[in-house]
Amino acid sequence: MKRRNFLDIFFGGSLLATIAAFVYPVVRYVLPSKRTAVIENSVAAAKVGELPPNAAKVFKFGSAPAVLINTAEGTLVALSAICTHLTCTVRYDGETGTLFCPCHNGRFDLNGNVLSGPPPRPLETYAVEISGPDIIVTRKS
Amino acid sequence: MNIRAIRLLAAAALFAPLLAFGQKNSCVECHDQLDGKLKAPVAALAADVHAEYGLSCKDCHGGNPDKDDIELAKDKSFKGSPTRSQIPQFCGGCHSDAAAIRSYNPALRTDQLNQYGTSRHGQLLKSGDTKAAVCTDCHGVHGIQSARFPKSLTFPWNIPQTCGRCHADKGFMAGYKIPTDQLDDYKASVHAKALYDKKDLSAPVCNDCHGNHGAYPPSVTSVASVCRQCHPSTGELFTKSPHKKAFDELGASECEACHGNHKILTPSTAMIGTDDNSVCVQCHEKGSRGFEAAAEFRRTLDGFESGYRAAGELLSQAKQKGVEVSDGEFKLLDVTTILVTAKNLTHGLDTAEIAKTVAEGEAALVGVRTAGEKALDEARFRRQGLAVTTVLLAVLAVALALKVRRMAHTRREREGHGGSQV
Amino acid sequence: MAKKIGQSVWKFLDERFLLSGLIAFGKKKTVPEHRHSFWYFFGGICLFLTGIQIATGAMLLLYYTPHIDAAHESVLFIMSGVKFGWLIRSVHSWTANILIGLLFIHMFSTFFLKAYRKPRELTWVTGFLLLVLFMAFGFSGYLLPWNELSYFATRVGTDIAGSLPFIGKALKTIILGGSEVSQATLSRFFWFHVALLPLAALILIGVHIYLVQTLGMSKPIGESGKKDIPFFPDFLYKDALGWTLMLVLVGVLCVFLPWEIGTKADSLAPTPLGIKPEWYFTFMFTTLKIIPARILSIEGEKLAILGFMTGGMLWMLVPFLDRRAEREKRSPLFTWIGLALAAYIVVMTILTYTLPKL
Repeated sequence: MKRRNFLDIFFGGSLLATIAAFVYPVVRYVLPSKRTAVIENSVAAAKVGELPPNAAKVFKFGSAPAVLINTAEGTLVALSAICTHLTCTVRYDGETGTLFCPCHNGRFDLNGNVLSGPPPRPLETYAVEISGPDIIVTRKS
Repeated sequence: MNIRAIRLLAAAALFAPLLAFGQKNSCVECHDQLDGKLKAPVAALAADVHAEYGLSCKDCHGGNPDKDDIELAKDKSFKGSPTRSQIPQFCGGCHSDAAAIRSYNPALRTDQLNQYGTSRHGQLLKSGDTKAAVCTDCHGVHGIQSARFPKSLTFPWNIPQTCGRCHADKGFMAGYKIPTDQLDDYKASVHAKALYDKKDLSAPVCNDCHGNHGAYPPSVTSVASVCRQCHPSTGELFTKSPHKKAFDELGASECEACHGNHKILTPSTAMIGTDDNSVCVQCHEKGSRGFEAAAEFRRTLDGFESGYRAAGELLSQAKQKGVEVSDGEFKLLDVTTILVTAKNLTHGLDTAEIAKTVAEGEAALVGVRTAGEKALDEARFRRQGLAVTTVLLAVLAVALALKVRRMAHTRREREGHGGSQV
Repeated sequence: MAKKIGQSVWKFLDERFLLSGLIAFGKKKTVPEHRHSFWYFFGGICLFLTGIQIATGAMLLLYYTPHIDAAHESVLFIMSGVKFGWLIRSVHSWTANILIGLLFIHMFSTFFLKAYRKPRELTWVTGFLLLVLFMAFGFSGYLLPWNELSYFATRVGTDIAGSLPFIGKALKTIILGGSEVSQATLSRFFWFHVALLPLAALILIGVHIYLVQTLGMSKPIGESGKKDIPFFPDFLYKDALGWTLMLVLVGVLCVFLPWEIGTKADSLAPTPLGIKPEWYFTFMFTTLKIIPARILSIEGEKLAILGFMTGGMLWMLVPFLDRRAEREKRSPLFTWIGLALAAYIVVMTILTYTLPKL
């Protein structure tokens, strides 16, 4: 009798433990975490007033770098910051109002067009709009 | 429908095929029946860029393609095939006539013949050396394709082979007193890797540095200008550095002195420093200021680069263990750009500038390292979780197996006792 | 005390669900034990894995978005941002492949044991239809992460469907929701995967299990032994043992070989070299690739597709064609046919991965 009961308890106990080991991940999965969903078709790149004229900021858009530029005239433009030559990150050159890639001196205008150097394709441009205190950058479809 | 109309229609039907053929071309018709070298022009003609513009045999060679009789076809205007030394003028007859070319392709340059005259090939030809390259050696003949087409002999990735046909041929080049290893050297270079492996058509080939029609080896002092076409920031840094004055005084060739000319390899930090295979010790003796500076640069860069590699290692370790590291990889991209910038800054020899950039890079690396370590922690957590769950499942399996065994045992007992009630 | 509570709960449910009758029926169920009874486990394990798919699938639904601008990103988020998301998703992908493999084994084991003979013909037919359904599950699910491989595999697969005579073009348009793989396709495949196919599968599984439970397990022809064990709880515990081991396997696979995310699909990119469908389609895919372009003036590919459809139809109707088995007589001809088919599938699948120019 004792052995019978022991086996039943052993079986019941291990079953419960296993079920708990499976319920735990399910519960953690379902509970929302701090990170917001990554459906990044648009992102708040900066706050209004954060960038002075003729300045730029590199931000993360999805899983790739992008650049938000406040031009000398005060307009906001946003483009992909991945050079189409060999994927270095381009940077804004305030003196010429162009985007410059330090790796092989590729140069783009603020519409993404290649001005000089080896890049074979233009940079992808994004739409910029202001929503309250945020500057929102959205992918054009 | 009367008989006249029928006759007219029949005549039209009979001659219609001729209309489909367009103009008659007795040159093609005759040469197509010949063999070998005399037949080759006909086959090649289909792909020729001149044919696209409606030009054919008579436009270069003269003659009358309407006549089937060979004497009538090769009339007074017939020029025959030019000798090698006549070829530049032969092609230049149209190609240096701006008004003529304008009617076909207004954007096409017409200075090739002039340029050729200034080239080494042109000079040799003028002095009577018919081994020197002429138009057809590089562009082909009869099947000339525009350099924009991949099969053209002058398409970027075909150019090294086209030049190398003569310049890599030891036997052919004997007597000219120039090396014949340029093609092999180039093929080992980073430019060739970019061109052939990465299919980067912006990578330089022979004509980008030597010129094409006006080809001439750049002089010692002009090599640097050639490189600055694509590497202007590096050139600027060099010009501002103390090396510029020194190189000018020595009459040394910028860029080439350290990087070579054809066999330009991917630059590495190993080139800088004080060991035997570094380029700095070529000029700077032990104990000199330059020697110390070289050691300093190498130390700084090595430290940064090894940190960069270690961070990348962390990420790939975690990735290999199955953890998502795209966040960390994104941050690493930034550092890659900073590393390239730092290496470029060595041409300026400004310790402060380099230190600033490296500091920027180190700061970014911290983020990468954190992401990498977090990922490795996650990998460890997963394996631990698996171990725990596997143990639990194994225990459960044992419990089940024991239960099954006991049930079978009980059943056998019951059956033994006669009859089962289950 | 616990026992008393348990008893009163049981009494409550029994009075309202009339469970006692069911229990009595269940207690009578037995499973034969003989040399080949090992194969009986495969049906149950397929059901278990289906349950896992439904559970993990329902959880993936919580974070997945079926839009081309968000699908890939949401899968990336599940794999990297959601707690245990990597586990849920990898379990779902691995189990899908294991399940389809086991379905093939289940099908062939019942075939060789001639379990399809009267009165179990409809069990076989529903089973075959379930196999087709689950392959459709695999095909539709494969596109959902919207990565390069799945985009092009879908394109190739639907191109083949489109090459069917007469109905091909219409069929392809219905499947794709248009003329090419697009947002419409993703929405449609999502609908197939989470609504249409599960509904059809549940109905068919219901019928299939009802038949198995009502008719009991089939014994191989000529098996005269009377040995058997009760289904509840003996056989079920043995089943559970297998399920437990399966869980261990899946766990190990998910930790050491998590399912990859791939690169996001780009419709403008060229087709990657060597694109193939998932392994369970490769035997058909490779047949199409190596069949000669023309056979007796008929296009080779079309002939092969027709062959598959006819073959599938005949395979489904095997219970009605195998007269000898129907009369409880050994049926070696059909055994050989089954062996030939199994060998063909195995060889073609292996060739897919070993032939250089495929």
